[in-house]
Amino acid sequence: MIQVEGLTKRYARQVAVDNISFEVNQGEIVGFLGPNGAGKTTTMRVLTCYMPPTAGSAKVAGFDVYESPMEVKRRIGYLPETPPLYPEMEVGDYLKFVAKLKRVPSGDVNRRVDEVAERCSIADVKDRLISKLSKGYRQRVGLAQAIIHNPEVLILDEPTSGLDPKQIIETRELIKGLAGDHTIILSTHILPEVEAICQKVIIINKGKLVATDSVDNLTHRMHGSDASVVVVDTAGQADSTAVQQRLEQVSGVSKVLGRHVEDSGFTYEVESLAGRDVRADIARVIVQSGWNLHELKSVSFSLEEVFLELTGGQAPQEGAE
Amino acid sequence: MRNIWTICRRELYSYFVSPVAWVILAIFAILSGFFTFAVTTSFLRYALQSQMQGGGGPMNVNEQAISPLLSNIAVIAIFFLPMIGMRLFAEEKRQGTFELLATSPISDPQIVIGKWLAALALYGAMLLVLLLDCSFFFIYGNPDWKPFVTGFFGLLLQGGCLLAFAAFISSTTKNQIVAGAAGFGLALLLWVLNWVSSFGNSDFLQVLSYLSILSHYDSFARGVIDSKDLIFYCSMIFLGLFLTTRSLESVRWRA
Ligand SMILES: Nc1ncnc2c1ncn2[C@@H]1O[C@H](COP(=O)(O)OP(=O)(O)O)[C@@H](O)[C@H]1O
Ligand SMILES: [Mg+2]
Repeated sequence: MIQVEGLTKRYARQVAVDNISFEVNQGEIVGFLGPNGAGKTTTMRVLTCYMPPTAGSAKVAGFDVYESPMEVKRRIGYLPETPPLYPEMEVGDYLKFVAKLKRVPSGDVNRRVDEVAERCSIADVKDRLISKLSKGYRQRVGLAQAIIHNPEVLILDEPTSGLDPKQIIETRELIKGLAGDHTIILSTHILPEVEAICQKVIIINKGKLVATDSVDNLTHRMHGSDASVVVVDTAGQADSTAVQQRLEQVSGVSKVLGRHVEDSGFTYEVESLAGRDVRADIARVIVQSGWNLHELKSVSFSLEEVFLELTGGQAPQEGAE
Repeated sequence: MRNIWTICRRELYSYFVSPVAWVILAIFAILSGFFTFAVTTSFLRYALQSQMQGGGGPMNVNEQAISPLLSNIAVIAIFFLPMIGMRLFAEEKRQGTFELLATSPISDPQIVIGKWLAALALYGAMLLVLLLDCSFFFIYGNPDWKPFVTGFFGLLLQGGCLLAFAAFISSTTKNQIVAGAAGFGLALLLWVLNWVSSFGNSDFLQVLSYLSILSHYDSFARGVIDSKDLIFYCSMIFLGLFLTTRSLESVRWRA
């Protein structure tokens, strides 16, 4: 449904999106995850034909955003970071205006307005001025305008930012409810949001694509475990199973896998519970047993580092690749 | 066509639901009423004088009352039109609704023309107020209606020009006040340009004074539609709207 290839967007002073490629299939809900300034909004603005790409291409429903923007625009519903609302208008009038703007046939306008108002639970405020609405209601009006022409693709830029927890849950439910009929891309800088709504995640950071994966895989990696590689030389004092048993007793260790058994030493992969650094304990245990510790290093998953960086951790820069 | 109408209607909705349009209309009603009164009074005094002095030429309501009135209105319009035009795009950009328009299946020229027409319609409403004032002349006098019609037509054309440029200025900023001030400055400049013709006779000064927006109005106020002036106004309108469209395009490239 959406194909992005080598997409690059350069602003006057910086490259906001750098050569990213991804695909979204029909009916998927995809989370676009990245910290502030990652280039999420920029990518979405290219997809919605708000602005042309500097290089590369993007196709929506088979139409290129640069070559046939009108075709793309007809098929896309877009909720920008700030809902595009006219404060001086009444909700119902506003939705009618958007319906006409999106080329809903005149005869269907009123029916569509009623339908989306029902769906987004804003039917009770249809006669209210938009300036008088609460933030949660505004967001729902924003969603309503995005789906008014029943678009094939929905693009939602941080749909829950700035809402209170109750409104966040309501909005997420609403988006999930829309899933069946539309292909949805939503951006967020919050990982749990992706877990709550999406099937697939695209992670970008500093304009570069970091990973695309299914949410199941991602959460498995995120919440699964850390791993370290240990190389121990017992100088013949103990066999490899004994060492393995000893390692398994270290607190925080969930699993020990023997890798190689050689004269120079035994190699193990030690998995530990997420967030526990067991290296110091392992080192102590080995030294106390009178063995030699040849090597001890943590092998973190790249996604883990990405996640740390995304959430403001201090993972090293190179780890983002 | 339907797209232009959609944009135009929403714009008018915003004008009239907010106090903007009503305040502008009210102030204009007071001013135009005052000017009508002033022209009429001076016309009557003049008429009385010439009668007492025994004749003189025949008095002409068109030449001595309506034409000066319309010329005055053309000047007042220079103050009002930037106020009408300043919000057209600056407001959309500020509140983020431009993103809605720009991602809808509607072309930039359609957006520009729709908004310009709405602003022009508001100016038309102001001229209707003036028309009410002027009905006075028709009730108590017997003026020639032709200069009257051309005068109003000329006012609309001149308004269309200034609104097209106000729209352009509005499309370059997010700040309505900045747009209003710059629009007013430009309108003023276009007005006083015809003064430069008194500085000398060089080609450059000729061109500058040709660009003066008011000098092209005189013929309309006198009841003639000079094709030269008509072409001037139409091309200025086209230029203004064209620049606005280009400016929107560049907003998207940079945005
Ligand atoms: N209109 C613009 N002009 C120049 N730079 C911009 C513009 N919009 C965004 N940027 C820059 O591009 C980068 C990506 O921004 P953005 O796409 O808004 O990120 P996100 O939505 O992920 O927070 C940021 O560093 C931002 O400063
Ligand atoms: Mg953003």
